[in-house]
Amino acid sequence: MSTADHDIPAAGPRTGLGTRLWAHRVDYLFLVPGLVIFGAFILWPMLASQYYSLLDWSGFDSRRIFVGLRNYRELLADEFFVAAFWRSVWFTLATVPLQMLLGLVLAVILNNRLLKLSAVFRTLIFLPVVTPVAVIAIVMALMLSPFNGPINDLITGAGLVQRAVDFLGSPQLVMWSLAGIYVWKWTGVTMIYWLAALQTVPDELYEAARLDGVTGRQVTMYVVMPIIAPFAVVIGLISAISALNVFPLIQATTQGGPFFASEVMEVFIFRTAFAPPSGTFPQLGYASAAGVLFGLAIMGLTILQVLAVRRTRRKEPGHG
Amino acid sequence: MADATMGRTARAPARREAMVSPRARRTITSVVLAVLCAVWVYPIVWMISASFKTNNEIFGDTGLIPDAPTVENYARAWSEANIGRYFFNTMFVTVGSVVVTVIATALMGYVLGRRRFPGRGLLMGLMVFTLFIPQGYTIIPVFELLTTAGLGQSLWGLMLATCGHSVVIFTLLFAGYFAQMPKELEEASRMDGVGPVKTFWYVMLPLSKPIVVTVVVLQTLQAWNDFLLPLVITLANPDLRTLSVGVYSFRGEHFIDWGGMNAASAITIIPIVILFLFLQRYFIDGLAGAVKG
Repeated sequence: MSTADHDIPAAGPRTGLGTRLWAHRVDYLFLVPGLVIFGAFILWPMLASQYYSLLDWSGFDSRRIFVGLRNYRELLADEFFVAAFWRSVWFTLATVPLQMLLGLVLAVILNNRLLKLSAVFRTLIFLPVVTPVAVIAIVMALMLSPFNGPINDLITGAGLVQRAVDFLGSPQLVMWSLAGIYVWKWTGVTMIYWLAALQTVPDELYEAARLDGVTGRQVTMYVVMPIIAPFAVVIGLISAISALNVFPLIQATTQGGPFFASEVMEVFIFRTAFAPPSGTFPQLGYASAAGVLFGLAIMGLTILQVLAVRRTRRKEPGHG
Repeated sequence: MADATMGRTARAPARREAMVSPRARRTITSVVLAVLCAVWVYPIVWMISASFKTNNEIFGDTGLIPDAPTVENYARAWSEANIGRYFFNTMFVTVGSVVVTVIATALMGYVLGRRRFPGRGLLMGLMVFTLFIPQGYTIIPVFELLTTAGLGQSLWGLMLATCGHSVVIFTLLFAGYFAQMPKELEEASRMDGVGPVKTFWYVMLPLSKPIVVTVVVLQTLQAWNDFLLPLVITLANPDLRTLSVGVYSFRGEHFIDWGGMNAASAITIIPIVILFLFLQRYFIDGLAGAVKG
């Protein structure tokens, strides 16, 4: 490791560690606020969770009993945990592709500078993004209500269904309804990400393609798409991570119900740790173990995506 | 009309999309988009409209314009649901966490991006490793830590913990941005006898304005929308509720008062929507920065 590129020539590799630490004293001072936040709210909780996951611990004031890997064994046999885990995976697979496609189509259309109202459309599509989930939960409970809710009025009025559909109250439908609400809320962000990607396409390319007599759709398919394709991995990763952290929307809308039919991972963790059914104790160790397993799964996903990014980068021209 | 369009594009190859002039196509696109957007924002418009209706009228089939507009819902939401207090709490947490986050992550990103200090590799490794840690993983220790520190029942504790959510991503954004700047910047200011703190504050931070904007926007959205953390921290202390949790609890406590709920909802979204409309360009540049950075 060369130190030639930094600004303290005295602290070369041959000087003692103490000297080098002293030479960087201002740097360490600068790190303090960030390190405090990172340490207190990310690093320490991560390590602590792993320790707590080995405890039988029912409530913050109660005794902690070390039980080894028992929580993990019980979790893997707990049908609620397994169901919640796969429900989180299902939710991600159901929402991310749709959200990315819809966002991309909107971005390509709105990227057209000749479209006069594109700023207005962009604003309107972005509106649900800035609407807090607690509000969305209320609005959607009303919109989708089986008792004279506007959407049910519409579809029964049009004769599409015989009886009102209980979108959020039916165990079969609830996850689909939540996926729909989620896509509606967050597509605005995906659209902005794609618009940012589209800004990297040089104007000359559109111009050149037009002079060659290529149609608008062909420009989009064969010129623009290959340029913005590498962004898909980053956007997909960000979207997948937020879909896995869907706790607020689901807790606010259905609280995991009806009959646990929409209980995703973090709702399971919250219920186990902070809102146990009446008559039972919170299980903080058990919930921590669930958190650890969930975190490991997400880390695995992240590593996969990072590898995917590396591969796409390598495939780019100039890298063989 | 159709004839004129055909005539003007007669030279074009006989493909289907070439039959319509670009301008007509744009008009059609605009109309389709307008319909889509109307459907898209309909639930929000409906909610605002319902906030001026009586509970009876909300479920009657009366359309978007209330028969007899009333502000009674707002009065009820404000007094019974304590929305005024929650509003202050949310502002405190949002503004406080934005200020702390920007300063802390800019400082850390600056050092990580430009200095080769002992321990840098280790710190970077730890940060990347924890980049996408879910909130459900950390919430129990965070709550315990705040309680132990005596901040479990205070807005300060909530505000500080809110800073933690994206501290890693923001730091990496700053580090990437600072790393690209020419190294002559610091040399020049050292020649002029300017200290490191002043150099950072007056030279480096203003130069990193695009990232500052990104961090401010993302953290504002984060804090205003945050739910799990404020929910957990305010379980035992309703006075500390933020708007999100307040509206959520209002629904649990007054579950038949839909008019009041809609009014509370409207109060919650109006400030952030106004902020968004005025600072729209920054919101969009900010989000875009997250992908490009």
